[in-house]
Amino acid sequence: MCLAVPGQILSIDGGDKLTRQGRVAFAGLIRQTNLAYVPEAVTGDYVLVHAGFAITVIDEAEAIKTLAYLAAIEPEGFP
Amino acid sequence: MKHVDEFRDPAAARRTAEAIARITTRPWTLMEICGGQTHAIVRHGVDLLLPESVSLLHGPGCPVCVTPASMIATAIAIAGRPGVIFCSFGDMLRVPSTSGSLNVAKARGADIRMVYSPLDALAIARAQPDREVVFFAIGFETTAPATAMAVLQAEREGIENFSMLVSHVLVPPAIEAILGDTANIVQGFLAAGHVCTIMGYREYEPISQRYHIPIVVTGFEALDLLQGIYLCIRQLEEGRAEVENQYSRSVRRDGNDLAQAAIARVFTVRQQNWRGIGDIQASGLGLAPAYMRYDALLRFSDIAIAPERAGECFSGEILRGLRKPDACPAFGTGCTPEHPLGATMVSPEGACAAYYRYRRPIAVAGA
Repeated sequence: MCLAVPGQILSIDGGDKLTRQGRVAFAGLIRQTNLAYVPEAVTGDYVLVHAGFAITVIDEAEAIKTLAYLAAIEPEGFP
Repeated sequence: MKHVDEFRDPAAARRTAEAIARITTRPWTLMEICGGQTHAIVRHGVDLLLPESVSLLHGPGCPVCVTPASMIATAIAIAGRPGVIFCSFGDMLRVPSTSGSLNVAKARGADIRMVYSPLDALAIARAQPDREVVFFAIGFETTAPATAMAVLQAEREGIENFSMLVSHVLVPPAIEAILGDTANIVQGFLAAGHVCTIMGYREYEPISQRYHIPIVVTGFEALDLLQGIYLCIRQLEEGRAEVENQYSRSVRRDGNDLAQAAIARVFTVRQQNWRGIGDIQASGLGLAPAYMRYDALLRFSDIAIAPERAGECFSGEILRGLRKPDACPAFGTGCTPEHPLGATMVSPEGACAAYYRYRRPIAVAGA
């Protein structure tokens, strides 16, 4: 139910603070998505989409940090 | 897909599981709150990678599971009214109540439509002003901003043939209900990453302190879950009890302020009944006084709400983390997704349905 899927914003098609929307590409699918809750989002950003709404802009730097943390977890090490 | 595949890397998963085994010196019992996480854990076999001394319990975070059967009966009654188009997320259609399911009602001729977003229901109302369009608003804090926005758009456009049957639920009161139960055995929580994407995690900090329990905000991919478990066990082993954020690519401490503002404007917090658990104070959302005219219960106020029946299987104990699905004598025999006895077998994200789908022993020819 709380599934949210990452997608990339292809274009932002206007609208106001209730209706701002854009085309978002998921794996194999493009959907009109409401962007009212992510006013900072720009074309090319990855967003998490739930029930037709982008709920956050995925922070690329944080994604890389998480993967780096995981990569540093070695059986002998202690990150 | 970027931001998915790299968080499913099997080699990194094995390494993280090994690291968990290395730091674990005692038995620990953790609970993941969200049904989406339960599904991912069982599907990817995350729990099977853990040391035997680490046990994962599956929490109440499945909105379809905890929506009261009486609310579904009310939905069916509304959907049966002439001129009504009843819209719901797909997961809800199969759930049984005393009056059958919405799918059965649809087969009998009610105009019931599966929608992906509350805005799809609003679009139907906009296009068909001669019909009454009702949206079944279920879900946790993740979903509430979407339904709030549908109400705000309806208000601005003056769409009056649109209403909502609201059964929204909130996570922190459910966590407190679990922790306040004398039978509780949960020692650490994986908090639901998408709920926290909306709400942030400030409200979990006093809970973590009061109950001296680690809470790790965790994502939904296999590596997210393993890292969340690793961080939670490291806190337990070191005697710490803090809120940590594993899912930092999505979750900020303050959450999404615009989404929170929309929830605060459209809804008020109220007592809520949870199927299988009972009433929990201040654990649900109802429409605020200014938006009462969008309340389907008021619009169809002549429909009597059936009383909630207690005592169906022990899905309530599963939702509170007191038992696991395969401990039930009816699991997979008297109770299956086709003929569910309780809510946790109905929803694909229910713990019983996840175990049924991925953990049932399957006879292999020649074995």
